[in-house]
Amino acid sequence: MAPAVTIEKLQKRYGSVEAVKDVSLQIEPGEIFGLLGPNGAGKTTTLRCLCTLTEPDAGKIIVSEISVLEDPRSARQHLGYVAQEVAIDKVLTGRELLQLQAALYHLPKPLAQERINLVIQRLGLESYIDKKSGTYSGGIRKRLDLAAGLLHQPDVLVLDEPTVGLDIESRVAVWNFLRQIRDEGTTVLLTSHYLEEVDALADRVAIIDQGVVIAAGTPSELKDQVGGDRITLRIREFSPLDEAERAKQLLESLPTVQEVIINNAQGNSLNLVVQPQSDALMTVQQALQAAGLPTFGIAQSRPSLDDVYLAATGRTLLDAEIAAAGSRDEKTERKKSMR
Amino acid sequence: MSTTITPSNLKSTITDSKLAPASPLSEFWQETSALTRRLFIQLQRRPSTLIAGIIQPLMWLILFGALFQNAPQGLFGSDVSYGQFLGAGVIVFTAFGGALNAGLPVMFDREFGFLNRLLVAPLASRYSIVLASAIFITVMSLIQTTAIIAMGAALGSGLPNLPGLFLVGAIVLLLVVAVTALSLGLAFSLTGHIELIAVIFVTNLPLLFASTALVPLSFMPTWLQWVATLNPLSYAIEPIRYVYLHSDWSLSSIVLQAPWGSVSLGSALLVLLGFAAVALLSIQPRLRKAFA
Repeated sequence: MAPAVTIEKLQKRYGSVEAVKDVSLQIEPGEIFGLLGPNGAGKTTTLRCLCTLTEPDAGKIIVSEISVLEDPRSARQHLGYVAQEVAIDKVLTGRELLQLQAALYHLPKPLAQERINLVIQRLGLESYIDKKSGTYSGGIRKRLDLAAGLLHQPDVLVLDEPTVGLDIESRVAVWNFLRQIRDEGTTVLLTSHYLEEVDALADRVAIIDQGVVIAAGTPSELKDQVGGDRITLRIREFSPLDEAERAKQLLESLPTVQEVIINNAQGNSLNLVVQPQSDALMTVQQALQAAGLPTFGIAQSRPSLDDVYLAATGRTLLDAEIAAAGSRDEKTERKKSMR
Repeated sequence: MSTTITPSNLKSTITDSKLAPASPLSEFWQETSALTRRLFIQLQRRPSTLIAGIIQPLMWLILFGALFQNAPQGLFGSDVSYGQFLGAGVIVFTAFGGALNAGLPVMFDREFGFLNRLLVAPLASRYSIVLASAIFITVMSLIQTTAIIAMGAALGSGLPNLPGLFLVGAIVLLLVVAVTALSLGLAFSLTGHIELIAVIFVTNLPLLFASTALVPLSFMPTWLQWVATLNPLSYAIEPIRYVYLHSDWSLSSIVLQAPWGSVSLGSALLVLLGFAAVALLSIQPRLRKAFA
């Protein structure tokens, strides 16, 4: 079976900013594919190129065996796009928006009627649909936007940060819905800078940083590649630095421990990388006891996607977010988002 | 808020086949009428624009009419009151102002990302977005024009004859198409609505005062006469004024005595037609780029 989406060597620059330097992805039919990366990594630009909103400088994009650059109109027929910021007309009711959407995709009236009723039911919008959408909460808006994106039954549903700004309930509802449509055969491509979202939802992930894909695979493959288990250790709830450093020296001498980092942001807790499936947890506890150091809390876990990101870029996703937030400038952002 | 999303199968209940292709023209019409419908729903739920658009010319008729009440007899032509003189100026100016604002909703759609919703859809032609705005503004202007003509008649400025009324409609239409095109072109060129409003602001009143809307050419210094006779608005105002005051008008009637010669009704119409053609052509490169 041909891939649902193929992106090859995509490049896009805005003035002096190289938003996308080298992005290649292959997305299989019927999977949820997550594009993970900090803000400013090039995720949105990649999606905008895919959805024909932005013309790339170089590269190839194929959707359902149609070249997006050569035949954008046909490609649009196969794509559903749910932007990060829900763009609804507040004066229209939900139903009127869906009717407009149906006309934009040229659904004949009876079919449009049927599909509209179906998506209303699917997304539980019955009690809101005939009210002006300006009165909707964020979660309901998102659902309406999802409904609009699905009206023409696209092969590939593309979502940019689908749960940013949503409450936890709505977020879970969106997740469950995306899983359902995946199970029914729709390919889902989403971007996120939430680790847990991608981890929970995506069958496969590509991690993107500064316009380049730095890792791709299933979440569990990526974690296995990083290797090692993680131990988070708190000597006290808030340990003095000298005590933490003493513990660090002590633990680094243990054969099962590969690396120890003191996390100042978390009350000088210690982050350990240890050999996987070892008895490291017990060894560490015993060593602490022998040295007369207390244990406030200790936990062992497999590496997270953040560890994958850290291993590839040398910084955590949170640090990258903070760095990106400082370097964004309004003019470039507007240039990127407006037509 | 309920969090349950009904699990029923999306694909099984409806025909899965891709739709039979309709003709591009019927698709174009389907999307254009849906986009136009959106604008009329907005108008119906937020009628303030239309209400203000009818009150404003009414106030012009009354206030400006009063302002020039004591102007020297015969300034506006023999047996012509200022109220009769002013009607044509108010009609043209109201249509011009409305059309000049045509780009604003499009600009807001750009800024709020609603335009993206339209651009990711497989539209038969993205000119449907422009056409929908043009249809909407044209209908608005014709409603306003009808209201002004009715109010003018009630205030004693009389009425053109029936062919004259049609001519007024045609002139308003030409002007609205031209100015709407320019405004939409700006809406796709400028960076935001603040910039667009600024351009509208510096265009609107200067073009009013540098036209024959409020006073006849003979009232102006020579340099302003030149400016006013280069202003396309004068070519909409003078023919309307002429058919208001002369029931025996024809295309060869002289409607404007410019410092460089006289202009017939027919040639004024040609100037407007040319203006509309230039406006439509001049926005093509910008639209093609935006719609690429």
